[in-house]
Amino acid sequence: MELKGKVWKFGADVDTDAIIPARYLNTSDPGELAKHCMEDADPGFPAKVRPGDIIVAGKNFGCGSSREHAPISIKAAGVSCVIAGTFARIFYRNAFNIGLPIFESPEAAAEVNEGEELAVDADTGVITNLTTGKQYTATPVPPFMQQIIAAGGLINYVKEKVK
Amino acid sequence: MSMTITEKILAAHAGRKRVSPGELINARVDLTLGNDITAPVAVREFEKIGVAGVFDRERVALVPDHFTPNKDIKSAGQVAILREFARKHDLPNFFEVGRMGIEHCLLPEQGLVGPGDLIIGADSHTCTYGALGAFSTGVGSTDLAAAIALGEIWLKVPETIQFVFEGELQPWVGGKDLILHVIGDIGVDGARYQAMEFAGPAIENLSMDGRFTMCNMAIEAGGKNGIVAPDEKTRAFVEGRCRRPYRFYRSDPDAGYKEVRRYDASRIEPQVAFPHLPENSRPISDVGNVEIQQVVIGSCTNGRMEDLREAAMVIKGKKVHKNVRLIIFPGTQEIYLQALREGLIETLVEAGGAVSTPTCGPCLGGHMGILAAGERCVATTNRNFVGRMGHTESEVYLSNPAVAAASAVLGRIAGPMEVL
Ligand code: SF4
Repeated sequence: MELKGKVWKFGADVDTDAIIPARYLNTSDPGELAKHCMEDADPGFPAKVRPGDIIVAGKNFGCGSSREHAPISIKAAGVSCVIAGTFARIFYRNAFNIGLPIFESPEAAAEVNEGEELAVDADTGVITNLTTGKQYTATPVPPFMQQIIAAGGLINYVKEKVK
Repeated sequence: MSMTITEKILAAHAGRKRVSPGELINARVDLTLGNDITAPVAVREFEKIGVAGVFDRERVALVPDHFTPNKDIKSAGQVAILREFARKHDLPNFFEVGRMGIEHCLLPEQGLVGPGDLIIGADSHTCTYGALGAFSTGVGSTDLAAAIALGEIWLKVPETIQFVFEGELQPWVGGKDLILHVIGDIGVDGARYQAMEFAGPAIENLSMDGRFTMCNMAIEAGGKNGIVAPDEKTRAFVEGRCRRPYRFYRSDPDAGYKEVRRYDASRIEPQVAFPHLPENSRPISDVGNVEIQQVVIGSCTNGRMEDLREAAMVIKGKKVHKNVRLIIFPGTQEIYLQALREGLIETLVEAGGAVSTPTCGPCLGGHMGILAAGERCVATTNRNFVGRMGHTESEVYLSNPAVAAASAVLGRIAGPMEVL
Protein backbone atom coordinates (compact mmCIF):
# COMPACT_ATOMS: atom_id res chain seq x y z
CA MET A 1 0.00 0.00 0.00
CA GLU A 2 1.31 3.46 -0.88
CA LEU A 3 0.58 6.43 1.37
CA LYS A 4 1.01 9.82 -0.19
CA GLY A 5 0.61 13.29 1.26
CA LYS A 6 1.88 16.65 2.32
CA VAL A 7 4.11 16.99 5.38
CA TRP A 8 3.22 18.75 8.61
CA LYS A 9 6.36 19.00 10.70
CA PHE A 10 6.60 18.91 14.49
CA GLY A 11 9.50 18.87 16.96
CA ALA A 12 10.77 16.37 19.54
CA ASP A 13 8.85 14.93 22.51
CA VAL A 14 5.37 15.75 21.18
CA ASP A 15 3.26 14.50 24.10
CA THR A 16 -0.25 13.10 24.05
CA ASP A 17 -1.56 16.24 25.80
CA ALA A 18 -0.44 18.20 22.74
CA ILE A 19 -1.92 15.62 20.36
CA ILE A 20 -5.31 15.59 22.08
CA PRO A 21 -5.67 17.80 25.17
CA ALA A 22 -7.37 16.22 28.18
CA ARG A 23 -10.14 18.82 28.10
CA TYR A 24 -11.60 16.95 25.11
CA LEU A 25 -11.38 13.50 26.66
CA ASN A 26 -14.91 13.54 28.01
CA THR A 27 -15.79 11.86 24.71
CA SER A 28 -14.24 9.02 22.74
CA ASP A 29 -16.03 9.80 19.47
CA PRO A 30 -13.35 9.79 16.73
CA GLY A 31 -15.03 12.60 14.77
CA GLU A 32 -15.13 14.84 17.83
CA LEU A 33 -11.52 14.03 18.71
CA ALA A 34 -10.39 14.80 15.14
CA LYS A 35 -11.62 18.37 15.53
CA HIS A 36 -8.95 18.97 18.17
CA CYS A 37 -6.11 16.88 16.78
CA MET A 38 -2.65 18.39 17.52
CA GLU A 39 -4.40 21.50 18.80
CA ASP A 40 -1.99 22.34 21.62
CA ALA A 41 1.02 21.89 19.34
CA ASP A 42 -0.54 23.90 16.49
CA PRO A 43 -4.02 25.40 17.04
CA GLY A 44 -4.58 25.73 13.28
CA PHE A 45 -3.87 22.06 12.53
CA PRO A 46 -7.42 20.62 12.57
CA ALA A 47 -8.57 23.26 10.05
CA LYS A 48 -5.70 22.88 7.62
CA VAL A 49 -4.95 19.14 7.62
CA ARG A 50 -6.17 17.33 4.47
CA PRO A 51 -6.89 13.62 3.97
CA GLY A 52 -3.67 11.76 3.27
CA ASP A 53 -1.37 14.33 4.89
CA ILE A 54 1.60 13.04 6.84
CA ILE A 55 2.87 14.07 10.26
CA VAL A 56 6.67 14.11 10.58
CA ALA A 57 8.13 14.66 14.04
CA GLY A 58 11.32 14.28 16.07
CA LYS A 59 12.18 11.78 18.77
CA ASN A 60 9.82 10.29 21.37
CA PHE A 61 6.56 11.10 19.55
CA GLY A 62 3.47 10.38 21.65
CA CYS A 63 5.11 10.42 25.06
CA GLY A 64 3.01 10.90 28.16
CA SER A 65 -0.41 9.46 28.75
CA SER A 66 -1.73 6.12 27.49
CA ARG A 67 -4.79 7.73 25.88
CA GLU A 68 -5.61 5.85 22.70
CA HIS A 69 -7.58 8.98 21.83
CA ALA A 70 -4.25 10.36 20.55
CA PRO A 71 -3.74 7.98 17.60
CA ILE A 72 -7.53 7.83 17.15
CA SER A 73 -7.71 11.61 16.68
CA ILE A 74 -4.79 11.54 14.20
CA LYS A 75 -6.37 8.74 12.19
CA ALA A 76 -9.81 10.36 12.26
CA ALA A 77 -8.31 13.67 11.09
CA GLY A 78 -7.38 11.86 7.89
CA VAL A 79 -3.63 11.71 8.47
CA SER A 80 -2.34 8.74 6.46
CA CYS A 81 0.70 8.00 8.63
CA VAL A 82 3.15 9.39 11.17
CA ILE A 83 6.90 9.36 10.66
CA ALA A 84 9.06 10.14 13.69
CA GLY A 85 12.63 9.79 14.90
CA THR A 86 11.38 7.45 17.60
CA PHE A 87 8.02 6.72 19.22
CA ALA A 88 7.10 6.49 22.89
CA ARG A 89 6.22 2.93 23.88
CA ILE A 90 2.50 3.10 24.58
CA PHE A 91 1.79 5.28 21.53
CA TYR A 92 3.68 2.77 19.39
CA ARG A 93 1.50 -0.13 20.59
CA ASN A 94 -1.69 1.88 20.33
CA ALA A 95 -1.01 2.97 16.76
CA PHE A 96 -0.56 -0.64 15.59
CA ASN A 97 -3.54 -1.81 17.61
CA ILE A 98 -5.92 0.67 15.99
CA GLY A 99 -4.37 0.51 12.52
CA LEU A 100 -2.63 3.89 12.24
CA PRO A 101 0.52 3.33 10.14
CA ILE A 102 3.66 4.70 11.80
CA PHE A 103 7.27 4.66 10.67
CA GLU A 104 10.46 5.21 12.62
CA SER A 105 13.16 7.02 10.67
CA PRO A 106 15.52 9.43 12.44
CA GLU A 107 16.98 10.50 9.06
CA ALA A 108 13.64 11.33 7.46
CA ALA A 109 12.54 13.06 10.67
CA ALA A 110 15.64 15.23 10.57
CA GLU A 111 15.70 16.07 6.86
CA VAL A 112 12.11 16.31 5.65
CA ASN A 113 10.58 19.82 5.71
CA GLU A 114 7.05 21.07 6.18
CA GLY A 115 5.07 21.30 2.96
CA GLU A 116 7.10 18.67 1.08
CA GLU A 117 5.32 15.71 -0.53
CA LEU A 118 6.10 12.18 0.63
CA ALA A 119 5.21 8.76 -0.69
CA VAL A 120 5.51 5.90 1.79
CA ASP A 121 5.46 2.25 0.80
CA ALA A 122 3.74 0.81 3.87
CA ASP A 123 4.92 -2.74 3.12
CA THR A 124 8.62 -2.05 2.66
CA GLY A 125 8.91 1.05 4.84
CA VAL A 126 10.56 2.98 2.03
CA ILE A 127 9.88 6.70 2.33
CA THR A 128 10.34 8.80 -0.81
CA ASN A 129 10.50 12.56 -0.62
CA LEU A 130 8.77 13.49 -3.87
CA THR A 131 9.90 17.11 -3.52
CA THR A 132 13.64 16.41 -3.14
CA GLY A 133 13.81 12.90 -4.58
CA LYS A 134 15.60 11.58 -1.53
CA GLN A 135 14.74 8.11 -0.13
CA TYR A 136 14.77 6.74 3.41
CA THR A 137 14.08 3.32 4.88
CA ALA A 138 12.12 3.06 8.11
CA THR A 139 13.19 0.74 10.92
CA PRO A 140 11.67 -2.68 10.14
CA VAL A 141 8.53 -3.62 12.03
CA PRO A 142 8.86 -6.76 14.22
CA PRO A 143 7.16 -9.82 12.61
CA PHE A 144 4.57 -10.06 15.37
CA MET A 145 3.49 -6.47 14.77
CA GLN A 146 3.21 -7.29 11.07
CA GLN A 147 0.74 -10.03 11.94
CA ILE A 148 -1.37 -7.48 13.81
CA ILE A 149 -1.28 -5.16 10.82
CA ALA A 150 -2.15 -8.01 8.47
CA ALA A 151 -5.13 -8.95 10.64
CA GLY A 152 -6.33 -5.34 10.52
CA GLY A 153 -5.57 -4.40 14.12
CA LEU A 154 -5.38 -6.15 17.46
CA ILE A 155 -9.10 -6.77 17.88
CA ASN A 156 -9.34 -8.69 14.62
CA TYR A 157 -6.21 -10.60 15.58
CA VAL A 158 -7.74 -11.55 18.93
CA LYS A 159 -11.04 -12.46 17.29
CA GLU A 160 -9.24 -15.06 15.19
CA LYS A 161 -7.58 -16.37 18.30
CA VAL A 162 -10.74 -16.86 20.36
CA LYS A 163 -12.61 -18.53 17.50
CA MET B 1 21.10 -18.33 34.40
CA SER B 2 20.67 -15.12 36.30
CA MET B 3 17.80 -12.71 35.73
CA THR B 4 16.56 -9.34 36.92
CA ILE B 5 13.41 -9.10 39.01
CA THR B 6 11.51 -7.84 35.95
CA GLU B 7 12.67 -10.81 33.86
CA LYS B 8 11.75 -13.26 36.64
CA ILE B 9 8.20 -11.95 36.96
CA LEU B 10 7.73 -11.97 33.19
CA ALA B 11 9.10 -15.51 32.91
CA ALA B 12 6.78 -16.75 35.65
CA HIS B 13 3.75 -15.26 33.88
CA ALA B 14 4.77 -16.63 30.51
CA GLY B 15 5.13 -20.14 31.97
CA ARG B 16 8.83 -20.13 31.17
CA LYS B 17 12.02 -20.91 33.10
CA ARG B 18 13.70 -17.83 31.76
CA VAL B 19 13.27 -14.93 29.37
CA SER B 20 15.79 -12.54 27.86
CA PRO B 21 15.50 -8.90 26.82
CA GLY B 22 14.05 -8.45 23.34
CA GLU B 23 11.96 -11.63 23.38
CA LEU B 24 8.25 -11.39 22.72
CA ILE B 25 6.16 -13.30 25.23
CA ASN B 26 2.53 -13.97 25.90
CA ALA B 27 1.99 -13.35 29.58
CA ARG B 28 -0.84 -14.10 31.98
CA VAL B 29 -2.14 -10.97 33.73
CA ASP B 30 -3.11 -10.82 37.40
CA LEU B 31 -5.12 -7.64 37.16
CA THR B 32 -6.36 -5.24 34.49
CA LEU B 33 -7.27 -1.62 35.10
CA GLY B 34 -9.25 1.00 33.22
CA ASN B 35 -10.53 4.48 34.09
CA ASP B 36 -13.30 6.78 32.91
CA ILE B 37 -11.22 8.03 29.95
CA THR B 38 -9.69 4.79 28.72
CA ALA B 39 -12.24 2.13 29.66
CA PRO B 40 -15.14 3.42 27.50
CA VAL B 41 -12.96 2.85 24.43
CA ALA B 42 -11.92 -0.56 25.81
CA VAL B 43 -15.55 -1.54 26.36
CA ARG B 44 -16.35 -0.61 22.75
CA GLU B 45 -13.44 -2.75 21.49
CA PHE B 46 -14.23 -5.59 23.91
CA GLU B 47 -17.75 -5.87 22.51
CA LYS B 48 -16.26 -6.37 19.01
CA ILE B 49 -14.23 -9.40 20.10
CA GLY B 50 -17.34 -11.42 20.70
CA VAL B 51 -16.47 -13.33 23.88
CA ALA B 52 -19.24 -14.01 26.35
CA GLY B 53 -17.59 -12.55 29.42
CA VAL B 54 -14.47 -11.13 31.00
CA PHE B 55 -11.59 -13.49 31.76
CA ASP B 56 -12.05 -13.18 35.53
CA ARG B 57 -14.57 -10.86 37.14
CA GLU B 58 -12.40 -10.36 40.23
CA ARG B 59 -9.45 -9.17 38.15
CA VAL B 60 -11.01 -6.37 36.14
CA ALA B 61 -10.76 -3.10 38.07
CA LEU B 62 -12.60 -0.02 36.84
CA VAL B 63 -11.87 3.28 38.54
CA PRO B 64 -13.71 6.40 37.38
CA ASP B 65 -11.31 9.01 38.73
CA HIS B 66 -10.42 11.49 36.00
CA PHE B 67 -13.53 13.61 35.52
CA THR B 68 -15.29 12.58 38.72
CA PRO B 69 -17.43 13.62 40.52
CA ASN B 70 -18.61 14.12 36.96
CA LYS B 71 -17.86 17.60 35.72
CA ASP B 72 -20.29 17.65 32.81
CA ILE B 73 -22.89 15.65 30.91
CA LYS B 74 -20.41 14.03 28.53
CA SER B 75 -18.13 12.79 31.30
CA ALA B 76 -21.15 11.46 33.20
CA GLY B 77 -21.96 9.49 30.06
CA GLN B 78 -18.46 8.01 30.01
CA VAL B 79 -18.75 6.79 33.60
CA ALA B 80 -22.20 5.42 32.84
CA ILE B 81 -20.56 3.11 30.27
CA LEU B 82 -18.27 1.70 32.98
CA ARG B 83 -21.08 1.38 35.50
CA GLU B 84 -23.20 -0.51 33.00
CA PHE B 85 -20.30 -2.80 32.01
CA ALA B 86 -19.55 -3.51 35.68
CA ARG B 87 -23.18 -4.37 36.32
CA LYS B 88 -23.49 -6.56 33.24
CA HIS B 89 -20.39 -8.59 34.07
CA ASP B 90 -20.92 -8.44 37.83
CA LEU B 91 -17.53 -6.85 38.52
CA PRO B 92 -16.84 -6.34 42.22
CA ASN B 93 -14.02 -3.86 41.63
CA PHE B 94 -15.86 -0.90 40.19
CA PHE B 95 -15.41 2.06 42.51
CA GLU B 96 -18.05 4.75 42.84
CA VAL B 97 -17.48 8.33 43.97
CA GLY B 98 -17.43 8.33 47.75
CA ARG B 99 -15.80 4.90 47.86
CA MET B 100 -13.03 5.51 45.39
CA GLY B 101 -9.68 7.14 44.91
CA ILE B 102 -7.13 7.89 42.24
CA GLU B 103 -6.52 4.50 40.67
CA HIS B 104 -2.81 4.23 41.47
CA CYS B 105 -3.34 5.14 45.12
CA LEU B 106 -6.44 2.98 45.36
CA LEU B 107 -5.39 -0.41 43.98
CA PRO B 108 -2.41 -0.95 46.31
CA GLU B 109 -4.44 0.32 49.27
CA GLN B 110 -7.29 -2.08 48.47
CA GLY B 111 -4.87 -4.99 48.22
CA LEU B 112 -5.74 -5.59 44.57
CA VAL B 113 -2.10 -5.60 43.49
CA GLY B 114 0.79 -7.31 45.20
CA PRO B 115 4.43 -8.40 44.94
CA GLY B 116 5.22 -10.66 42.01
CA ASP B 117 2.05 -9.69 40.12
CA LEU B 118 1.85 -8.80 36.45
CA ILE B 119 -0.55 -5.90 36.05
CA ILE B 120 -1.58 -3.96 33.00
CA GLY B 121 -3.65 -0.82 33.05
CA ALA B 122 -4.97 1.56 30.44
CA ASP B 123 -3.25 4.43 32.14
CA SER B 124 0.39 5.32 31.73
CA HIS B 125 1.04 5.58 35.47
CA THR B 126 0.14 1.94 36.02
CA CYS B 127 3.91 1.57 36.50
CA THR B 128 3.31 2.79 40.09
CA TYR B 129 2.76 -0.74 41.47
CA GLY B 130 6.36 -1.67 40.73
CA ALA B 131 6.98 -0.21 44.17
CA LEU B 132 5.53 -3.46 45.55
CA GLY B 133 7.92 -5.60 43.52
CA ALA B 134 5.39 -6.24 40.75
CA PHE B 135 5.71 -5.90 36.99
CA SER B 136 3.21 -3.25 36.09
CA THR B 137 2.86 -1.25 32.91
CA GLY B 138 0.56 1.10 31.05
CA VAL B 139 -1.14 0.19 27.78
CA GLY B 140 -3.88 1.63 25.59
CA SER B 141 -7.57 0.84 25.51
CA THR B 142 -7.41 -1.81 22.78
CA ASP B 143 -4.70 -3.72 24.63
CA LEU B 144 -6.88 -3.51 27.73
CA ALA B 145 -9.88 -4.86 25.81
CA ALA B 146 -7.86 -7.83 24.59
CA ALA B 147 -6.52 -8.52 28.08
CA ILE B 148 -10.00 -8.35 29.62
CA ALA B 149 -11.11 -10.94 27.08
CA LEU B 150 -8.09 -13.25 27.16
CA GLY B 151 -6.44 -12.71 30.55
CA GLU B 152 -3.14 -12.35 28.78
CA ILE B 153 -1.08 -9.84 26.87
CA TRP B 154 1.88 -9.88 24.51
CA LEU B 155 4.92 -8.06 25.83
CA LYS B 156 8.47 -7.49 24.74
CA VAL B 157 10.87 -8.30 27.55
CA PRO B 158 12.61 -5.01 28.32
CA GLU B 159 16.26 -4.45 29.10
CA THR B 160 16.80 -3.17 32.63
CA ILE B 161 18.64 -0.09 33.78
CA GLN B 162 19.51 -0.20 37.46
CA PHE B 163 19.57 3.06 39.40
CA VAL B 164 21.53 2.70 42.63
CA PHE B 165 21.24 5.35 45.34
CA GLU B 166 23.98 5.35 47.97
CA GLY B 167 24.07 7.48 51.08
CA GLU B 168 21.43 9.11 53.22
CA LEU B 169 18.74 11.51 52.11
CA GLN B 170 18.86 15.12 53.27
CA PRO B 171 15.88 16.48 55.21
CA TRP B 172 12.82 17.23 53.01
CA VAL B 173 14.20 15.12 50.19
CA GLY B 174 12.08 12.14 49.17
CA GLY B 175 11.15 9.81 46.35
CA LYS B 176 9.90 12.70 44.22
CA ASP B 177 13.28 14.40 44.31
CA LEU B 178 15.19 11.22 43.49
CA ILE B 179 13.03 10.49 40.47
CA LEU B 180 13.04 14.10 39.21
CA HIS B 181 16.82 14.06 39.55
CA VAL B 182 17.02 10.84 37.52
CA ILE B 183 14.71 12.17 34.80
CA GLY B 184 16.77 15.34 34.67
CA ASP B 185 19.84 13.17 34.27
CA ILE B 186 18.64 10.76 31.57
CA GLY B 187 15.87 12.79 29.88
CA VAL B 188 12.22 12.09 29.10
CA ASP B 189 13.15 9.24 26.78
CA GLY B 190 16.24 8.10 28.68
CA ALA B 191 14.65 4.79 29.65
CA ARG B 192 12.36 4.36 26.63
CA TYR B 193 11.09 0.74 26.42
CA GLN B 194 13.22 -0.20 29.43
CA ALA B 195 12.71 -1.40 32.98
CA MET B 196 13.90 1.03 35.65
CA GLU B 197 15.05 -0.82 38.74
CA PHE B 198 15.64 1.31 41.82
CA ALA B 199 18.05 -0.03 44.44
CA GLY B 200 20.64 0.85 47.05
CA PRO B 201 20.60 1.94 50.71
CA ALA B 202 18.60 5.13 50.10
CA ILE B 203 15.84 3.13 48.43
CA GLU B 204 15.85 0.55 51.22
CA ASN B 205 15.38 3.42 53.68
CA LEU B 206 12.65 5.01 51.62
CA SER B 207 9.04 4.60 52.81
CA MET B 208 6.54 2.69 50.70
CA ASP B 209 4.89 6.01 49.83
CA GLY B 210 8.23 7.31 48.54
CA ARG B 211 8.74 4.16 46.47
CA PHE B 212 5.27 4.52 44.92
CA THR B 213 6.17 8.08 43.93
CA MET B 214 9.38 6.95 42.26
CA CYS B 215 7.88 4.06 40.30
CA ASN B 216 4.93 6.26 39.35
CA MET B 217 7.20 8.53 37.35
CA ALA B 218 9.16 5.82 35.50
CA ILE B 219 6.94 6.61 32.49
CA GLU B 220 8.20 10.19 32.58
CA ALA B 221 11.58 8.82 31.50
CA GLY B 222 9.86 6.66 28.88
CA GLY B 223 10.25 3.54 31.05
CA LYS B 224 8.14 0.45 30.54
CA ASN B 225 8.06 -0.23 34.27
CA GLY B 226 9.67 0.96 37.47
CA ILE B 227 10.45 -1.61 40.12
CA VAL B 228 11.85 -1.96 43.64
CA ALA B 229 12.75 -5.33 45.15
CA PRO B 230 10.27 -6.15 47.93
CA ASP B 231 11.57 -6.20 51.51
CA GLU B 232 10.25 -6.05 55.07
CA LYS B 233 8.64 -2.67 54.43
CA THR B 234 6.80 -4.17 51.48
CA ARG B 235 5.74 -7.10 53.64
CA ALA B 236 4.40 -4.80 56.33
CA PHE B 237 2.39 -2.94 53.67
CA VAL B 238 0.85 -5.96 51.96
CA GLU B 239 0.28 -8.21 54.97
CA GLY B 240 -3.40 -8.47 55.80
CA ARG B 241 -4.14 -6.22 52.82
CA CYS B 242 -3.32 -8.21 49.71
CA ARG B 243 -6.31 -10.26 48.58
CA ARG B 244 -4.31 -12.83 46.62
CA PRO B 245 -1.18 -14.83 47.47
CA TYR B 246 1.91 -12.88 46.55
CA ARG B 247 5.50 -13.74 45.85
CA PHE B 248 8.75 -11.89 46.43
CA TYR B 249 11.28 -11.83 43.60
CA ARG B 250 14.74 -10.28 43.59
CA SER B 251 17.31 -9.67 40.90
CA ASP B 252 20.21 -12.11 40.94
CA PRO B 253 23.47 -10.46 42.01
CA ASP B 254 24.96 -11.15 38.59
CA ALA B 255 21.85 -10.28 36.58
CA GLY B 256 22.45 -8.63 33.22
CA TYR B 257 21.74 -4.91 33.19
CA LYS B 258 21.89 -2.68 30.18
CA GLU B 259 23.44 -0.10 32.45
CA VAL B 260 23.96 0.62 36.14
CA ARG B 261 23.79 4.28 37.18
CA ARG B 262 24.94 5.32 40.61
CA TYR B 263 23.90 8.40 42.57
CA ASP B 264 25.01 9.85 45.88
CA ALA B 265 21.60 10.48 47.44
CA SER B 266 23.09 12.67 50.16
CA ARG B 267 23.96 15.28 47.54
CA ILE B 268 20.48 15.53 46.05
CA GLU B 269 18.48 18.62 47.06
CA PRO B 270 14.71 19.01 46.70
CA GLN B 271 14.10 19.26 42.96
CA VAL B 272 11.85 21.47 40.86
CA ALA B 273 11.05 20.55 37.24
CA PHE B 274 10.55 23.67 35.14
CA PRO B 275 8.11 23.90 32.23
CA HIS B 276 7.47 22.14 29.93
CA LEU B 277 9.13 18.77 30.50
CA PRO B 278 9.81 16.73 33.65
CA GLU B 279 13.46 16.51 32.57
CA ASN B 280 13.93 20.24 33.26
CA SER B 281 14.65 19.55 36.90
CA ARG B 282 17.03 21.60 39.00
CA PRO B 283 17.88 21.82 42.69
CA ILE B 284 15.76 24.19 44.76
CA SER B 285 18.82 26.38 45.37
CA ASP B 286 18.96 27.15 41.64
CA VAL B 287 15.32 28.11 41.19
CA GLY B 288 15.55 31.89 41.64
CA ASN B 289 12.51 34.09 42.08
CA VAL B 290 9.48 32.47 40.44
CA GLU B 291 6.14 33.94 41.48
CA ILE B 292 3.16 31.59 41.45
CA GLN B 293 -0.62 31.83 41.54
CA GLN B 294 -1.61 28.24 42.34
CA VAL B 295 -0.32 25.24 44.26
CA VAL B 296 -1.70 21.74 43.81
CA ILE B 297 -0.88 18.99 46.30
CA GLY B 298 -2.10 15.50 45.53
CA SER B 299 -2.34 13.10 42.54
CA CYS B 300 -1.23 9.51 42.03
CA THR B 301 2.34 10.77 42.47
CA ASN B 302 2.08 12.60 45.80
CA GLY B 303 -1.42 12.19 47.22
CA ARG B 304 -0.58 9.69 49.95
CA MET B 305 -0.39 9.98 53.74
CA GLU B 306 3.27 10.87 53.94
CA ASP B 307 2.72 13.63 51.37
CA LEU B 308 -0.17 15.20 53.26
CA ARG B 309 1.74 14.93 56.55
CA GLU B 310 4.72 16.75 55.06
CA ALA B 311 2.59 19.47 53.53
CA ALA B 312 0.70 20.01 56.79
CA MET B 313 3.92 20.06 58.81
CA VAL B 314 5.31 22.86 56.65
CA ILE B 315 2.13 24.90 56.55
CA LYS B 316 0.94 24.46 60.14
CA GLY B 317 0.16 27.79 61.78
CA LYS B 318 0.85 29.79 58.62
CA LYS B 319 -1.38 31.24 55.93
CA VAL B 320 -1.50 30.68 52.20
CA HIS B 321 -0.09 33.77 50.42
CA LYS B 322 -2.77 36.23 49.34
CA ASN B 323 -1.96 35.78 45.64
CA VAL B 324 -2.08 31.98 45.76
CA ARG B 325 -4.82 29.35 45.58
CA LEU B 326 -3.81 26.16 47.38
CA ILE B 327 -5.72 23.04 46.28
CA ILE B 328 -5.23 19.70 48.01
CA PHE B 329 -6.66 16.46 46.73
CA PRO B 330 -6.04 13.32 48.78
CA GLY B 331 -5.44 10.10 46.84
CA THR B 332 -8.26 7.99 48.23
CA GLN B 333 -11.20 8.10 50.63
CA GLU B 334 -9.15 6.14 53.17
CA ILE B 335 -6.29 8.66 52.95
CA TYR B 336 -8.78 11.53 53.20
CA LEU B 337 -10.31 10.01 56.32
CA GLN B 338 -6.96 9.29 57.94
CA ALA B 339 -5.83 12.86 57.20
CA LEU B 340 -9.01 14.10 58.88
CA ARG B 341 -8.33 11.96 61.93
CA GLU B 342 -4.76 13.24 62.19
CA GLY B 343 -5.93 16.84 61.98
CA LEU B 344 -4.03 17.43 58.73
CA ILE B 345 -7.13 18.54 56.84
CA GLU B 346 -7.90 21.04 59.60
CA THR B 347 -4.38 22.43 59.37
CA LEU B 348 -4.59 22.79 55.60
CA VAL B 349 -8.05 24.38 55.62
CA GLU B 350 -7.12 26.73 58.45
CA ALA B 351 -4.17 27.91 56.41
CA GLY B 352 -6.54 28.81 53.56
CA GLY B 353 -6.28 25.68 51.43
CA ALA B 354 -9.17 24.14 49.46
CA VAL B 355 -9.50 20.40 49.99
CA SER B 356 -11.15 18.29 47.30
CA THR B 357 -12.63 14.82 47.33
CA PRO B 358 -10.25 12.31 45.65
CA THR B 359 -10.10 12.93 41.89
CA CYS B 360 -7.52 13.42 39.15
CA GLY B 361 -9.07 16.85 38.67
CA PRO B 362 -6.44 19.53 38.08
CA CYS B 363 -3.56 17.09 37.44
CA LEU B 364 -4.60 16.60 33.82
CA GLY B 365 -6.35 19.93 33.41
CA GLY B 366 -9.68 18.19 33.81
CA HIS B 367 -11.49 20.29 36.40
CA MET B 368 -11.12 21.61 39.99
CA GLY B 369 -8.29 24.08 39.37
CA ILE B 370 -7.63 24.94 35.73
CA LEU B 371 -4.97 27.57 34.99
CA ALA B 372 -5.59 30.77 33.01
CA ALA B 373 -3.14 32.15 30.44
CA GLY B 374 0.03 33.41 32.08
CA GLU B 375 -0.54 31.66 35.41
CA ARG B 376 2.09 29.56 37.15
CA CYS B 377 1.44 26.57 39.37
CA VAL B 378 3.63 24.45 41.62
CA ALA B 379 2.24 20.93 41.55
CA THR B 380 3.19 17.66 43.19
CA THR B 381 1.89 15.89 40.08
CA ASN B 382 4.00 14.21 37.40
CA ARG B 383 3.67 16.16 34.13
CA ASN B 384 4.29 19.77 33.20
CA PHE B 385 3.66 19.58 29.46
CA VAL B 386 2.30 22.59 27.56
CA GLY B 387 -1.34 23.05 28.56
CA ARG B 388 -1.30 20.14 31.00
CA MET B 389 -3.25 22.02 33.70
CA GLY B 390 -5.09 24.49 31.53
CA HIS B 391 -4.22 27.25 29.08
CA THR B 392 -1.28 26.58 26.76
CA GLU B 393 0.32 29.76 28.09
CA SER B 394 0.19 28.57 31.70
CA GLU B 395 3.15 26.93 33.42
CA VAL B 396 3.49 23.96 35.75
CA TYR B 397 6.49 23.41 38.05
CA LEU B 398 6.79 19.94 39.58
CA SER B 399 8.02 19.46 43.14
CA ASN B 400 7.63 17.44 46.31
CA PRO B 401 4.82 18.29 48.81
CA ALA B 402 7.06 20.18 51.25
CA VAL B 403 8.31 22.53 48.53
CA ALA B 404 4.75 22.95 47.26
CA ALA B 405 3.50 23.87 50.75
CA ALA B 406 6.33 26.34 51.36
CA SER B 407 5.68 27.90 47.96
CA ALA B 408 1.98 28.30 48.82
CA VAL B 409 2.97 30.30 51.91
CA LEU B 410 5.53 32.54 50.22
CA GLY B 411 3.82 33.05 46.85
CA ARG B 412 6.97 32.01 45.01
CA ILE B 413 8.79 28.72 44.58
CA ALA B 414 10.58 28.05 47.87
CA GLY B 415 12.08 25.26 49.92
CA PRO B 416 10.53 24.29 53.28
CA MET B 417 13.50 25.63 55.27
CA GLU B 418 12.53 29.16 54.22
CA VAL B 419 9.29 28.99 56.19
CA LEU B 420 10.20 26.70 59.08
S1 SF4 C 1 -3.60 11.86 39.14
FE1 SF4 C 1 -2.91 12.67 37.18
S2 SF4 C 1 -1.31 11.34 36.46
FE2 SF4 C 1 -2.39 10.28 38.11
S3 SF4 C 1 -3.89 9.00 37.08
FE3 SF4 C 1 -4.87 10.94 37.57
S4 SF4 C 1 -4.57 12.23 35.75
FE4 SF4 C 1 -3.17 10.52 35.59
